[in-house]
Formats: sequence, structure tokens, C-alpha cells
Amino acid sequence: MEAVTIPPFERFYEEHRGAVFAHLVRLLGRQRAEDAFQETFLRALRGYDNLDHGRYLKAWVFTIATRVAVDEGRKRRPEPAITAELGMDGERPAYAELEHLAAELPEKERAAVVLRYGYDLGYDQIADALDSSEDAARQATSSGVRRLRRRLA
Amino acid sequence: MTVPTTLDSRFRDAAAAEGLLDVSYDIADTPVGPLLVAVSDRGLCRISFDPEPERETEQLARIFGVRVLRASRAIDPVKRELDEYFAGRRREFDLPVDLRGRSEFTRAVLEELGRVPYGEVTTYGALAARSGRPRAARGVGTIMNRNPIPIVLPCHRVVGSTGSLVGYGGGLERKRLLLDLEEAAV
Repeated sequence: MEAVTIPPFERFYEEHRGAVFAHLVRLLGRQRAEDAFQETFLRALRGYDNLDHGRYLKAWVFTIATRVAVDEGRKRRPEPAITAELGMDGERPAYAELEHLAAELPEKERAAVVLRYGYDLGYDQIADALDSSEDAARQATSSGVRRLRRRLA
Repeated sequence: MTVPTTLDSRFRDAAAAEGLLDVSYDIADTPVGPLLVAVSDRGLCRISFDPEPERETEQLARIFGVRVLRASRAIDPVKRELDEYFAGRRREFDLPVDLRGRSEFTRAVLEELGRVPYGEVTTYGALAARSGRPRAARGVGTIMNRNPIPIVLPCHRVVGSTGSLVGYGGGLERKRLLLDLEEAAV
């Protein structure tokens, strides 16, 4: 496949900041989205020079944003006492399991599966992140799931 | 959705403050027009006349790394020195420069160029000689034309052997303006 070069961070940021902000507002509400916005792009910046190529950058930054939102949500929610007492990790987020399982999927399918089942995003949001139609997002998700099932069988 | 301006600039400041950038840049307004000014973690690495940020950021990313971001705070010291220079209150720049990505000879010539004093001129041939290649006047001309950091590395102080201005990457009008400014201040 043709290599896609990584654009200067400025271009990447200008291209995606609006969509990322809107995504965070949907997940967290306006006030908390503002804190999460900066954290998202600082995390992106920390990982940016380790990227291998410039494909699916939007899905990549949406994943980061969603993770920041999950962390933000967790920070504010008190630990459920019973699971803490039993030493159970009741709060373990689904994406941690999924990302591991999905690691070997083709990139587009992996992004779709993780965003759908790990982060519970709607197909419209996934389509947005993948720069594709809703149908294509649905298709990428289901073919990723089929591939996972075959692998687990 | 539009990102609020304060949020946008807060992120840019934080990115620069945390040292996460390969290059920070911004546009500075000066008497010779808007200049794109860029700094790396090692020093001033680009001043560009008639800036086209899209093309400049591509070039900066190729040489210095992809984490290139417009971040005004990081270039404030450069803006300040440029302001003083254009006001006739500064004769030397106290700014380290980063000449990565240039050939050894180019670096030698540009370093030599940095020693040409304020308000004086030299010739392409003389600069070639001081850089160790007396016959490379033409090559020095090309290096002046592609000078990555004009004004601070003063290629406007280099003229032809007959005293004619010859050429300038930013246009002859600007070369004359810079020389007049320095002459008036001396």
C-alpha cells in the first residue's frame, strides 16, 4: 500500500480540532470538554513522532479523545466500594480488552471495532472518525467482528 | 464545531511550554512586511519573507521533525529583537541559530556571514575567501539567495564587487530598505 506521509502537526491539528472538540462536547458536555481538549492534543503530540504513517489520523485522534473522556469520567466517579473491597477490578474499561484482541485486525476494522464496542460510539461518529460513510463504518465494524470470531473459534 | 480562541491558544502555549515541539513558528509584522519566524529547540531556524505557512511547515517538518506548530509565545524573544532592530536600537542579534540540514560549506558561509558588522557591506568574493573557498563567489551568491535566516544572518550586507546590490531573496527593495535603515542608524 502506498505510504502516506505524516503531515506537519499544525496541519493535522487544524484539520481535526473542530471535530475532536465536537466529539468531546458530546461525550462530556461543554465545560469538561475544554479540559479534555487540551489533554487530547497534548497526548497526540507526545505520540505524533512515533507514528509509522499518516493514515487514519482522524480515527487515531478520536481514539485518544475518547480515552481522555473515559479517564475524565472515571476521575470524577467514586470507586464502587464493594468491588474495591473484594479487590475486583470492576471498572476495567472494555476498550482495554478489546484493543488487545483487535490488535491484529486491519487498521480500519480495528479502529471501527474499538470505537464501536470499546467506546460505544454510534456509526455516525465512527464514520466521522474514519472519514467514510455510515454504511462503510458499519461494514468495517461487522467484518472486523467476523474476523475476530474466526480467530477466537 | 469551532474551537474557542482561548482554548486554542492555551493548547499552543502548553505544547511549547512542555517542550513537545520540534519547531514553533508565528508570523511577525515588520516594516519589511509579515515574516514567518520559526525556532527549534536549538535556536532560530527560519525567517521567511512573503510567508506561505503551508509550504514552510512542510519544509520545516522535513528538516527538523513533524511536530511543527504555530505557537506565538515561543518566538516572542525573536520578535522582540526584530522590533529593536527595526527601531534602530539593536545592532547585533543575541539569538542562537539552528543550521541543521545545510551542507558543511553552506554552514561555514552562513557563520562567516553572521560576522559581517552592522552598517557595513562586503562582497560575494570576499565572503567566499573568508569561508575558505576564494573562487566560490558564485556559489556564495546562491547560498545568500537561499539564506534560511535573512536579516539575522545579514545577507543584505553582501553586494557585488562594483558595489551594485545584485540580488536579494526577499527582493531588492527590501535589501535597500535594510541597508538604508542601518546606514541611518550608524
